[in-house]
Amino acid sequence: MIRRLAASSSVAVLALALAACGSDASDASDDGETTLHVAAAASLTDAFEEIATDFEATHEGVTVDLQFAGSSDLATQIEGGAQLDVFASADQANMDKVEDAVDDPQVFATNVLTIVTEPGNPQKITGLEDLADPDLAVVVCAEQVPCGAATKTLTEQEDVTLDPASEESKVTDVLTKVSTGEADAGLVYVTDATGAGDDVEAVRTEGADKVVNRYPIGALTDAASPDVAADFVDHLLGPQGQKVLQDKGFGAP
Amino acid sequence: MRPPGWLWVPAAGAVLVVVVPLLGLLTSVDAGRLWPLLTSDASVDALLLSLRTALAATVLCLLLGAPLAILLARGRWPGQSVLRALVLVPLVLPPVVGGLALLTTFGRRGLIGEHLVAAGITISYTTTAVVLAQTFVALPFLVLSLEGAVRGLDPRQEEAAATLGASPWRRLTRVTLPLVGPGLLSGSVLAFARALGEFGATLTFAGSAQGRTRTLPLEIYLQRETDQDAAIALSLVLVVLATVIVGAVYARTTKGAR
Repeated sequence: MIRRLAASSSVAVLALALAACGSDASDASDDGETTLHVAAAASLTDAFEEIATDFEATHEGVTVDLQFAGSSDLATQIEGGAQLDVFASADQANMDKVEDAVDDPQVFATNVLTIVTEPGNPQKITGLEDLADPDLAVVVCAEQVPCGAATKTLTEQEDVTLDPASEESKVTDVLTKVSTGEADAGLVYVTDATGAGDDVEAVRTEGADKVVNRYPIGALTDAASPDVAADFVDHLLGPQGQKVLQDKGFGAP
Repeated sequence: MRPPGWLWVPAAGAVLVVVVPLLGLLTSVDAGRLWPLLTSDASVDALLLSLRTALAATVLCLLLGAPLAILLARGRWPGQSVLRALVLVPLVLPPVVGGLALLTTFGRRGLIGEHLVAAGITISYTTTAVVLAQTFVALPFLVLSLEGAVRGLDPRQEEAAATLGASPWRRLTRVTLPLVGPGLLSGSVLAFARALGEFGATLTFAGSAQGRTRTLPLEIYLQRETDQDAAIALSLVLVVLATVIVGAVYARTTKGAR
């Protein structure tokens, strides 16, 4: 009972905060203007910004409002009743948390891990076994976050035991530690390595293609603009959306 | 002297701002799971590491900060006010900025860290990095409390000791320090409590490895990704610890002031 009270009061606070930000929940207004609220995993930032621009160009009167955060943060917001239209998660586990609130989620992209090192690979790292060297500062994601769960699966599959210098809560933190030279190597998604360009060097990682992380997307059951939300999902699964995703390093579903 | 009665109205508001969120945390604790969550390896490791590092940071703050506080309160030297402002900067810095400052100084590519690495000393990813981060943020609390206490002293006692021929060192250890005992204690406890709650600088600078650099605040941050109940249970420990520590000392110092 107390828990429910606490939950409903936090929803009220959230609603107040949303109202204060001026984002109107009933966005399908009379003049034909629609704002589509899309919540997406932080790793999708670059791709979704491009896709949203494409989508707006083909849908007159539609503005896509993107918000990016960790998938678990977004799932918590949806559980708390945040008014959204579309949710794109970085893994199945966080989509499962909100299965009652999302309509028939579909996988729209995949991602695999890769080793990254500093440019030029000064430590001459050639594979996962090299990362087990205790003299190297290796940084990975913590098991509790999706990239860390994938790291665990990969190292178990390849029978390698790592002794990481640090387990980060965000894949971007792993990337930063490698690109700034604070770590000798790290495990990140291929898309992170692609996005970082020349700041890091990706090393071919044996067995990584067998540990595939799947990104599901779905329209919310109580979306304010269900038709536009469904269109957005279709656009993402269609050729135009898929091309953008693949340019950013994502694999096909 | 009695303060005007209407002060109770805004004061009650202030209490509500602090107490209601803590109450919210308390009501969402899952009592049935509390014990197993708190006694898991990861939680115990994080708690012990936090206590150990916060204690080390407090000792460092005392050794380095107490002399500085006394010099700031009693000395007359050029650049004194600039230095005081600089020492207080960590109080107002966003935690991540503190972490970046430490990283660019003591990191493997940092100003000093680079030379340390060449000498075979790496600070990044070690418990030392955690203590350094905690000392950085906690030091101002000790300096500020102690400086205030020393300034509040009646200088005549020290002057009397001087006229009786006591050396500066003897005056400091036999007269000044005993008189500022309560200020020293409350400053240390505040520094300890601040070190215990340190998060941003540790995450940015020291990383997060169980038993080595993952303190209680970092464990809470990580647990929240998968299990909010576990994060709340651990938060409760931190809140109780902070309340007991700060409460115990303030009860003593305010009693002493009466």
